[in-house]
Amino acid sequence: MRLPKYVWALVPAVVLLGLVLLFAIGLQHDPRVVPSPLIGKPAPGFDLRIVGAQTPFRRDDLLGRPVLVNFFASWCAACRDEHPLLLDLARRGVEIVGMDYKDTDADGLLWLERHGSPYRTVVADPEGRAGLDWGVYGVPETYVLDAQGTIVYKQIGPLDEQTWRSKIAPLMAAGSVLQTGSR
Amino acid sequence: MRTFSGMRSVICAVLLAAAAIGSASAQGDELTPQQAERYQKLVNELRCLVCQNQSIADSSAPLAADLREQVLHQIQSGRSDAEIADYVTARYGDFVLYRPPFKASTWLLWLGPFALLLLALGVAVVFVRRRVRPAPVSPPDAARNAERLRRLLDEGSREERR
Repeated sequence: MRLPKYVWALVPAVVLLGLVLLFAIGLQHDPRVVPSPLIGKPAPGFDLRIVGAQTPFRRDDLLGRPVLVNFFASWCAACRDEHPLLLDLARRGVEIVGMDYKDTDADGLLWLERHGSPYRTVVADPEGRAGLDWGVYGVPETYVLDAQGTIVYKQIGPLDEQTWRSKIAPLMAAGSVLQTGSR
Repeated sequence: MRTFSGMRSVICAVLLAAAAIGSASAQGDELTPQQAERYQKLVNELRCLVCQNQSIADSSAPLAADLREQVLHQIQSGRSDAEIADYVTARYGDFVLYRPPFKASTWLLWLGPFALLLLALGVAVVFVRRRVRPAPVSPPDAARNAERLRRLLDEGSREERR
């Protein structure tokens, strides 16, 4: 193997460039965001009840139209960050189901009274059982379900306008006559 | 290191005892020594997603407590280690396993370090072999050099004497 000398001089430079690229990609990546293995799979079943009532609420109640399933809690500070956006989405006709995660009904209801409720339904998950089956590891987390009950997207951490517009709105619009785009 | 692992096993033992007491009062049965060993092994090999550099045995996060309870519960109901690992990875992905399985999405993780090591060794060998190539010294050259050296030394000693 007789290569000209300058080729060998390039080897460290190429290796360094590769490493820089690798680290650049690595630094963009948030290690706290662990991709869910449930994307593209049917939403796990649950048998819970509506907050402050005995009305049962099950997985079947989520079928038939695209919905956002938002795990929140009155003790969750980051939930306040996404709350204005959720209220705005609800006004635009997006159906959001709230899962009151590891919370008491009283605290959850008080919190919603104080900050306004973007939820069409609020479901109580006081022990976090549904949360465990859905792979929730920190609120807020938001799942996008299509009409068949398949999880098509998961947002870990507070939802933001940018993510809504680029990722979630197109998915939801694909399954309904939802009005999207500019406000 | 030794004290650290010692402390870890103490913590594990305490957690295990607490969990066993909790479940014994609720269920009326206790873990056999084999089950206790399996429990300890499993909770030390599952990563806590809330505080990612701790196992669920070490973490005090509520989610870790829930998962420990699940592991305990499933051991008691006769599930195998593989079934319990499947339960957790079905919800949280392979990331929760400190020793992820070897498959299409993880081969780079398993083989990458060895590939890099081989690459580095290869590059090192090539560089070293190119670098260390002594210039051949022919006998006439050697004789001439010896003559020059002697002359220089003679000159040096003459200078000194002066």
